[in-house]
Amino acid sequence: MSTTSSAFVRGSFIESRRPPRTSVGVIGWARANLFSSLPNSILTLVAAAFIVWALTPLVRFTIIDAVWSGEDRAVCAKATGACWAYVKAYLPQFIYGRYPIDQRWRVDIVYALLALALVPMLIPRAPLKRLNAAFLLFAYPLIAFVLLTGGHIGFRGGWLPAWIVAPSPLRFFAEYALVAMVLLLVVGLLARIAGHPVAGSGRAAGIVLGAIGLLLLVVAADFGLEPVETSNWGGLLVTLVVAVTGMVASLPLGVLLALGRRSSMPIIRLASVIFIEVWRGVPLITVLFMASVMLPLFLPDGVTFDKLLRALIGVALFNAAYMAETIRGGLQAIPRGQYEAGMAVGLGYWQRMRLIVLPQALRLVIPGIVGSFISLFKDTTLVSIIGLFDFLGQIQASANDAKWASPVTGVTGYVFAATVFWAFCFAMSRYAAYTERRLNRGRRR
Amino acid sequence: MASGPSGGTSSPRGVLAVINNPTFRGVIVQLVFVAVLAWFVWDVIDNTARNLQRANIAAGYGFLNRTAGFGIVQTLIDYAETSSYGRAVLVGLLNTLLVAGLGIVVATALGFLVGIARLSRNWLIAKIATAYVEIIRNIPLLLQLFFWYFAVLRAVPGMREKWTFLGVFHLNIAGLHVPRLAFGDGSIFILAAIPVAIAISVFVAHWGKGRLDRTGRKPPVGWISAALIVGLPILVFFIAGRPITFDVPVFNETGPILRRGFQSGTGMTIIPEFVGLVLALSIYTAAYIAEVVRAGIEAVSHGQSEAAASLGLKPGQTLRFVVIPQALRVIIPPLTNQYLNLTKNSSLAVAVAYPDLVSVGGTVLNQTGQAVEMVSIWMLFYLGLSLLTSMVMNYWNRRVALVER
Amino acid sequence: MRRTIVSAVTGITLALAGLSFASAGTLEDVKAKGFVQCGVNPSLIGFGVPDEKGVWSGLDVDFCRAVASAIFGDPTKVKYTPLNAKERFTALQSGEIDLLSRNTTWTMSRDTSLGLMFVGVTYYDGQGFMVRKSLGVSSALELSGAKVCAQTGTTTELNLADYFRSHNMPYEVVAFEKNEEVLQAYEAGRCDAYTTDASGLYAERLKLTNPDDHMILPEIISKEPLGPAVRQGDDKWFNVVKWTLFALLDAEELGITKANVDEKKTSDNPEIKRLLGTEGDFGTGVGLTNDWAYNIIKQVGNYGEIFDANVGPSTKLGIARGLNNLWSKGGIQYAPPIR
Repeated sequence: MSTTSSAFVRGSFIESRRPPRTSVGVIGWARANLFSSLPNSILTLVAAAFIVWALTPLVRFTIIDAVWSGEDRAVCAKATGACWAYVKAYLPQFIYGRYPIDQRWRVDIVYALLALALVPMLIPRAPLKRLNAAFLLFAYPLIAFVLLTGGHIGFRGGWLPAWIVAPSPLRFFAEYALVAMVLLLVVGLLARIAGHPVAGSGRAAGIVLGAIGLLLLVVAADFGLEPVETSNWGGLLVTLVVAVTGMVASLPLGVLLALGRRSSMPIIRLASVIFIEVWRGVPLITVLFMASVMLPLFLPDGVTFDKLLRALIGVALFNAAYMAETIRGGLQAIPRGQYEAGMAVGLGYWQRMRLIVLPQALRLVIPGIVGSFISLFKDTTLVSIIGLFDFLGQIQASANDAKWASPVTGVTGYVFAATVFWAFCFAMSRYAAYTERRLNRGRRR
Repeated sequence: MASGPSGGTSSPRGVLAVINNPTFRGVIVQLVFVAVLAWFVWDVIDNTARNLQRANIAAGYGFLNRTAGFGIVQTLIDYAETSSYGRAVLVGLLNTLLVAGLGIVVATALGFLVGIARLSRNWLIAKIATAYVEIIRNIPLLLQLFFWYFAVLRAVPGMREKWTFLGVFHLNIAGLHVPRLAFGDGSIFILAAIPVAIAISVFVAHWGKGRLDRTGRKPPVGWISAALIVGLPILVFFIAGRPITFDVPVFNETGPILRRGFQSGTGMTIIPEFVGLVLALSIYTAAYIAEVVRAGIEAVSHGQSEAAASLGLKPGQTLRFVVIPQALRVIIPPLTNQYLNLTKNSSLAVAVAYPDLVSVGGTVLNQTGQAVEMVSIWMLFYLGLSLLTSMVMNYWNRRVALVER
Repeated sequence: MRRTIVSAVTGITLALAGLSFASAGTLEDVKAKGFVQCGVNPSLIGFGVPDEKGVWSGLDVDFCRAVASAIFGDPTKVKYTPLNAKERFTALQSGEIDLLSRNTTWTMSRDTSLGLMFVGVTYYDGQGFMVRKSLGVSSALELSGAKVCAQTGTTTELNLADYFRSHNMPYEVVAFEKNEEVLQAYEAGRCDAYTTDASGLYAERLKLTNPDDHMILPEIISKEPLGPAVRQGDDKWFNVVKWTLFALLDAEELGITKANVDEKKTSDNPEIKRLLGTEGDFGTGVGLTNDWAYNIIKQVGNYGEIFDANVGPSTKLGIARGLNNLWSKGGIQYAPPIR
């Protein structure tokens, strides 16, 4: 059967041809993304020129012309690049400030504990989240406080006459026990009279008072640690102390303020709104000035606060206002049905918040919380203006040290500080973005 | 509290009912709260009063009338050492407004540029913009401020030398020296011509819109307005006999060494503290504005620009008439927030010797010891500013909401 | 309840600040807590500066140690609070520190309207100018039109304005918040001159890249008597601090030094005997023990020794005694007699 036909039917597929070399691979990509049109090409060239123009001096300064080792400023006096030798010589000071050298292991433990507790906290799949959070929020600050200051606070008590117990920690704890007992009695009495709704509060109050007592005992106990004054703290230590304390303190405060702002009680709501708006309306630097020059005037005669503590209070209150707004965002995102369902099963306000609303709301605002932690971390540099030696302040102070003063020392210090801050903040912002993606994935499903 | 004031609640059940009544409990909680707050405030005031009395410091704002006695490097209004503290504070306040105002303009321009660049289809441009945002946002502002001030200070020529751009801009460590406009007699007419020109332009725009509605053709309103606003003052300038002259900075190359360099009192000097502060503030804030702008543009759904394209609008028109108006609705609230942040951040001026409100106020605080009064002035200023802004914002939000419907 | 809260709060504070709880009197409080809380300059070579290990030194610091020696016989019983210019007076007013020894100028308004009392003068200073040698200026009167860097919150700014105004010279002041920043700006060339107390100029010059390129002009444009200050209204404490200063001066005048104080104890000179407490009851009169002055000299030395060790010609600062010499040697340091 051989009929010839002029029609041609190909019996097999032809081999698919490779796309033109100009539309795939590096060249294709470049054509599509860099040189798609004439203006685009010009833009690309300008941008490339800009990169070269911006990066060359940076690379030259930080690497090529830099001085890497040396004993004192003589090696950097003629340098045109960074004086890394100075950073090397001062690194311990940048990390610990003037913390006594033989006591620095205490700071190391505090750093290490923070890392150990924080890493599992940040990994979503790591177990024991609740326990971990409790450790970070309650136990860790206590341990860090005792380790860093040396603990052993000399409580002296306030009002028991000296002929009963002389001013001493003993008197203080006797007073504390007395007040606690009276408080418990009052609460117990109320519970008896009122019956159900306040019945459990006696036990709750007992637990709270006991916990505070335990806390006071721990800070008053003598662990044999040499006391280290806060004026000797400095560098990264102060930066982290301010940032972490600001965070830990502002979180519960922020929750309370956010709840207060959404409360149905007009006075509470008004007070919360005023508090939040006032702190958010003023710059942190005036808050710090206030803490450093005005707060002492607010306190009764003879009661004084340590300078670092004053700055901490300022930072914590300031940050709490911002935190409150972040958390309010989360609270508003919880559907009304959740609140109503809580009411329907007969939960009280605090139970509803604690068991239903806050766990959901807080999860939603993790990125926001990390974000506000980043700004808090950056803002800690402002404490150097009121004379505390944070990381930046310590670097600035050392740049003028007679031993290392040279034309490049100051800039080297700034470049180093910028790198360290950037590394911290960038890592945190990546983490925030990661949790955001994770949360969004969950909601999309 | 076991028995209520009125009869009928004496039985345990009644008490229980009252205690369990949410309204009653709310009132009690609030009363307790107010009492604690009042005690706290009273305690603070009492302590402060006592402390001040002990320190012999007279409370009140009377000190603002006393002679300041210190110099300020940049003043927008007349100020001398013999002026009062109040005047010094005012100088600082105006300096804050100046640096914030200029910072906002520069930051907005730079921020929009970077924000749009992040969405560019040119890979390199987009990456540069991303790198800019990620680097600048993650470094503390104070550090950037130090960098711009001290690093740049070392890079520019010394006081007896200069760099010149375009023939009229001279830069050295004492600042940027530019010609100053000297207003002679009759300059008032020129200044008056500007609002007149603007008023006419508004009228022209109105006419143009009417014409567009009637005929579908758009007269070149933009060109006419531009010509008016630029042309009219220039016209008046020549009619009035050229009353405005340039006061060019004089650079002395010879003479005693302290007299060399730019002669003070000639031209206008923009001090390096101001330049450094504006640079740092606007570069920092621009990174945030860029993110706001990007989010705003991305919030406009793709369908919108596609619809515009299918209607035959050119890309430029699409951007102008479709994308930007819708994006602005998303952009403006966070943008105002950034403006407020920039204004508040300008208080970092204190670190680089720019005499803003906080810096001058700090000096006054030191010379007089009036901590409470000075801090209250700071807080009132910044608070007032942010309250004013949020009021305007709320008004604007309401208007936008109406337009949406 | 209020007291509990207050005592709890103050208790926590105690660890950080070391506060005086009952303010019966500063001397009693200091004795009870076991140390003197002293406000010092955070970084002024020769006056108050900590080394890498956090050990403080300087003339102002030694004065704190002298006070501690007078009270406890132990110069180490001092805790230092570094203070910047802005905070120093509040810190003293609020009781955060017991004693301000931070190169602070004694002026009338500070004595009358800030609630302080200056106990005397530890260092007669005056404001001066530092300039680059390359500027070719040899007198402050040639500084007409100069740009001057200064630190805010000090008497410096006011004196500067007064000086230039009274000589009819134009000037521009660039005023920074922190000393480091003033120095950085001056070093970068932002200013022609750097002004502060002359002692400070000598100290700051050492931190410049090339100290030899800079010179301090001979003019002193103001009187800056620097001295320690205490809170108003506590005369007992005021006396302790005041007489510590006088004991330092009297000791130098009588030729008693750290080295020879033990042998001088057996001296027959009645003035020496009264100072060292072997005769009379002067120590208990101010609420201390009678060997208070002996302890000061034994532990810290006399005024001359302190001066020489911290700022004198043999140190890096190399400042001559000048006005700070004893009245008997051409200076104006003069202490009332102990009798």
